[in-house]
Amino acid sequence: MAATEKPPVTGTGSVALDGLLTWVDQRFPLISTWKAHLSEYYAPKNFNFWYYFGGLAMLVLGIQIVTGIFLTMNYKPDANLAFASVEYIMREVPGGWIIRYMHSTGASAFFICIYLHMFRALLYGSYRSPRELMWIFGVLIYLLLMGEAFFGYLLPWGQMSYWGAQVIINLFSAIPLIGPDLSLWIRGDYVISDATLNRFFALHVIAIPLLLLGLVMAHLLALHEVGSNNPDGIEIKKNKDARGVPLDGIPFHPYYTVKDILGVVVFLIVFAVIVFFAPEMGGYFLEYNNFVPADPLQTPAHIAPVWYFTPYYSILRAVPPLFNSQFPGVVAMGVSVMILFVLPWLDRGAVKSIRYRGTHFKVALAAFVIVFLVLGYLGTEPITVWGQFGAWLGNADRATVASRVCTVIYFLFFFLMPWYTKVDKTKPEPERVTH
Amino acid sequence: MKKLIAGLLLAPTALFASPAAMATEGGVRLDAAPINQADVVSLQSGARTFANYCLNCHSASLMRWNRLMELGLSESQIKDNLMFSGDKVGELMNVAMVRKDAQKWFGAAPPDLSVIARARGADWLYSYLRAFYRDPARPTGWNNAVFENVGMPNPLWQLQGERVRVEQAAKGGDAKAGAHGGALKAVAYETVRPGSLTPVQYDETVRDLVNFLVYMGEPAATSRKQMGIVVLLFLLALWPLVWLLKREYWKDVH
Repeated sequence: MAATEKPPVTGTGSVALDGLLTWVDQRFPLISTWKAHLSEYYAPKNFNFWYYFGGLAMLVLGIQIVTGIFLTMNYKPDANLAFASVEYIMREVPGGWIIRYMHSTGASAFFICIYLHMFRALLYGSYRSPRELMWIFGVLIYLLLMGEAFFGYLLPWGQMSYWGAQVIINLFSAIPLIGPDLSLWIRGDYVISDATLNRFFALHVIAIPLLLLGLVMAHLLALHEVGSNNPDGIEIKKNKDARGVPLDGIPFHPYYTVKDILGVVVFLIVFAVIVFFAPEMGGYFLEYNNFVPADPLQTPAHIAPVWYFTPYYSILRAVPPLFNSQFPGVVAMGVSVMILFVLPWLDRGAVKSIRYRGTHFKVALAAFVIVFLVLGYLGTEPITVWGQFGAWLGNADRATVASRVCTVIYFLFFFLMPWYTKVDKTKPEPERVTH
Repeated sequence: MKKLIAGLLLAPTALFASPAAMATEGGVRLDAAPINQADVVSLQSGARTFANYCLNCHSASLMRWNRLMELGLSESQIKDNLMFSGDKVGELMNVAMVRKDAQKWFGAAPPDLSVIARARGADWLYSYLRAFYRDPARPTGWNNAVFENVGMPNPLWQLQGERVRVEQAAKGGDAKAGAHGGALKAVAYETVRPGSLTPVQYDETVRDLVNFLVYMGEPAATSRKQMGIVVLLFLLALWPLVWLLKREYWKDVH
């Protein structure tokens, strides 16, 4: 007994298809879901360049899942076989190299999209009320993504996989009291070993992706509940027509679907250039040392995490040890990420968008972006990269001093935010979006 | 004349050193490897040098013999000219030397060379294989300016001859800073016993060998780039269509 209160589906141009969709719709919220999330989800019409990256991040998630499935068909999560199995994929599996390069490039592309997506939120105040929960889901996605990338990076079982994981897991042993036992529990052994590789594989291919997909869903549901922000940082729902449709809103489908396809093609051009012509990206996407099989007895001269972790790695290295313990650095690194969760409550600005903010916020955001990039660069290099200061500064490494200054500015951006956003001389927001 | 060429070995090639040239542990400037992956003759010559001189101690256990057919060699050519043991042509380039023995003889087991070019880079390999010199202080009697106190004796000494290091000139003006902040050194040598090749011929032999090592590091690299061009042409042709589609739909958004 199908529900009969729903009208039959019409307008596909085919009687058979109309009938099929009607049959489905009477048993599943097909048409209402389509309307709520696509054809009658009204997005502001003034989205600009920065609004491509959320959709692109979802595209990359799809690429990672599909290529990941094919990689697991040939990869061996075994300390004796892992390195060779990756090269087996590169050499002997038909099309294996393209799948592997898409996955390795996709990892970096994911972080590029996410960083630009988060920067967009900073520009236009997209984390402000009523979008705090969506922002929190987003930060959780970012944290999971870091975990996903970290676990995945061990799998090729090269020198950087091994020693990078060693460095990060050792951070946990800096935690007082429980530290050593905690890191032992994470590794499953006294050193990084086959046991570690196996559990990281399980986390990388099952646990984290499941959580990631769930959170992306929650992120989207929260977005569609409150509606999209826009470059003017004003609510389009304040101005509606007689039918309750926002005057400055346009249906997501077809307008933003066709626009996003345009973004997808441009993204794929950049992506293809990297995958086909520069998959190592000068050692930043695939580190050269990772073509040396993991060797527990030989520590590389210079251990650097992949570029997307390096701002935080710099913060870790910048904080001086206390009583011979790295713990303060570990805390600083943890806080530098966790502080993102409270961002919606640190910002006291009268307006959301940078278009109507005053000088204080603009200067603070510019400084934040610069120190984030400098910290990121310094994290890829040894601390001796800029040489040393003279005796007047105790022959300190210039890079260490620079990363300390940058770390302080990084935290000031957040700690002083309640003050500088409040006293900022803002401009009046427009009534309607500028298009 | 030979001495002069040998002494100036590093000087002319240094002019072409890539800006991204990495410094070595010894702070020696690396020479840009003048390799060309499209040069099949060079790749074949490199494969021969590799099979004759490297594959006795080093394995290339991720590479199959018959993949060399990509370099224009037939199965019988590979079998007759490159393979010395009775291996089948579909087998991997393994080596008979036992790791334990190798560790005893050289202090460290020779690394597998399948992806060595991806780990070290062509410039490093090209410089390294041309930087051996006689050093009585070392157990093998050999040292290397690029990889100081290396365990491997010069495998190509019959070709290159024997040289001694005569000076370590730090070129004041144009010395670039190395990865660890120190100035990069240019090294000069003196030939004490010439090899069977002239220095120019030797450089070409090493170039071919490095060319082959780069090929072996990623045999799919050439077809990767070819496919890349097709994919990019498709995407570039797709872009205007998608742009027109978007413009058509957005006509009524004011």
